[in-house]
Amino acid sequence: MEKRNARQTRELVVPGDILDGTGMRPGENAYVLDGKVRASVMGVRNVFQNTVGVIPLRGGYMPTSGDTVFGVIVDIGPSNWLVDIGAPYPAPLHVSEVPWKVEFGDTSKYLTIGNVVLIKVLSVDESKKISVTMKDSGLRKIEGGRLVKISHTKVSRVIGKSGSMISMLKNMTDCRITVGQNGMIWVDGEDENADVAVEAIEMIEEQAQSGNLTDRIKEFIEKKIPQDEEDEYDDEGDE
Amino acid sequence: MSGHTDMVLVDENGLRIDGRTAEQHRPFKVEAGVLNNADGSAYVEIGKNKVLAAVYGPRECHPRHLQNPTKAIVQCKYNMQSFSVSDRKRPGPDRRSIEISKIISEALEKVVLTELYPRASIDVYIEILQANAGTRCAGLTAASVALADAGIPMRDIVPALAAGKADGHVLLDLNKEEDNYGQADVPIAIIPSTDEIVLLQMDGNMTREEFDHGIEMAVAGCHELYELQKDALKRRYSKRAEEESE
Repeated sequence: MEKRNARQTRELVVPGDILDGTGMRPGENAYVLDGKVRASVMGVRNVFQNTVGVIPLRGGYMPTSGDTVFGVIVDIGPSNWLVDIGAPYPAPLHVSEVPWKVEFGDTSKYLTIGNVVLIKVLSVDESKKISVTMKDSGLRKIEGGRLVKISHTKVSRVIGKSGSMISMLKNMTDCRITVGQNGMIWVDGEDENADVAVEAIEMIEEQAQSGNLTDRIKEFIEKKIPQDEEDEYDDEGDE
Repeated sequence: MSGHTDMVLVDENGLRIDGRTAEQHRPFKVEAGVLNNADGSAYVEIGKNKVLAAVYGPRECHPRHLQNPTKAIVQCKYNMQSFSVSDRKRPGPDRRSIEISKIISEALEKVVLTELYPRASIDVYIEILQANAGTRCAGLTAASVALADAGIPMRDIVPALAAGKADGHVLLDLNKEEDNYGQADVPIAIIPSTDEIVLLQMDGNMTREEFDHGIEMAVAGCHELYELQKDALKRRYSKRAEEESE
C-alpha cells in the first residue's frame, strides 16, 4: 500500500490531450504531432523512462504473441477450428496445433462448438492474422468450472502486484483460477466458493480504478466465507 | 432555407427569437457512457436536439466485400426516430439520413487510427431522439465521444457546430426557425488540435466575407464544445472513483 501512495499522479487523459511537449518519446497509445506527444485513447498517463504513453481504461482486446488466453469454439472446419478469443479477428486453431492426432474431417470428435479451450497466441502478423496453439504445458480443453468475462484492461488488477490479488483469491476461496490475457477467467471449485470468487472478480472489474482494492476484496470474501485460520493464505505460492 | 415567414428572426437589438446574440450557441450538454450493452456510448443535447450515440467494435466487418485489407472502416448509421420531429417522420433510411451517415463516417475515419485494425469495422449508431436543426452536428459530436468511450484509438475528439445566415445576419448554431426561414446553413466539424476541417457543407447562399465570419464563429464554438466533450469523458471515471472512496 505504501508504494501506491508514492505514485499518486494518476492523470486521466482523453484522445488528443497533450502528454508531453518536452521531447519525450511516444509510448503505447500515443502519437506525435508538431513535436508534442498526444494521447490516442482514454486512459491514465504513464511515464516510463524516456517514453510517455497511456494505460487504456477501456477498449477491445488485441492479441500479442505469447498471450495465454481462453477461447470459445465458434466454428469447425475439416482441418481447423475457429476460436473466439474476444479479439476483432477470429483465431483459427489448426489440427497440427492440438495435442491429439486428428484425422482429416474428424475435427468435431475432439472439439465442438461451445467448447472452451485454453490456448496460446503464437503470432499475429501485420494484417492481424492470428495463429494459436494448444501444444504447450497447461494448454487444454476446459471441462467443468465456469468462465467469467471481464475487460482485458482489468486483467492486471485481478492478478495484482506480483500476483498478490490472484493468490489471495485462490487461497481464500479454495478455487482453481486461471486468468487469460483476453479477460476471460476460468474458476473451478465448490459451488458456493466459486460463486464468491466470481463475485469478487466482478467486484475487481467494477472497482479497478480505486485504491486499497486487495484489502476490500479480502474483507468481502471473509464476510462470505469464514476463514478458519487467520494466516491461512500466507505461505502458499501462485503459478 | 426554402420557407418564407413574417417572423422577425433577429430583432433591432441583435437578439434572436430564443434570446441569443449572433455569436451565442445553444446550451450544450454532453454525457459519456450512458448505455451498458454498447462498447461505448454518449448522449448529447444541443439546445432542443437530443441525440444518443453507441459504438461497437472494432469487430469483424460483416458484409465481407466492404473490408479493407489495410485499415478498419467506420460504418455509421444515422437514424431519426419517428417522434423526433413535429410531423411524424416516416421511419427507415431515406436520402437525407443516408447522406448524413456517409459524411459522419468520413469525418470519423479522419480521426480514428484505422490502420491499427485492418479488415475490421467500427460501427457507430446515432439515434436522433428530438430534432431542432443541427442534428448532424449533434450526432457527430455524440459519436466522437462514444468512440473515445469505447477505447478506440483516435487522434482527437471531433466537435461539430453550424453557422448560418438568417435575416441578413451571420449567426452561430441555427435553431429550427432560423434554419427553415434563413438564407444559409453551414455545418462544420473540426479536429481541435490542428483546426483541420473534417466536415463542411453549405446549404443556401452567403458572401465570401459572411462565410469566413461564420466559419470563424463555428470554429470558436467547436472549441468550447470540445472542452465539454473532454470533461464528459473524464467525469465518467472521476465520479466513479469518488463514490468508491467514500
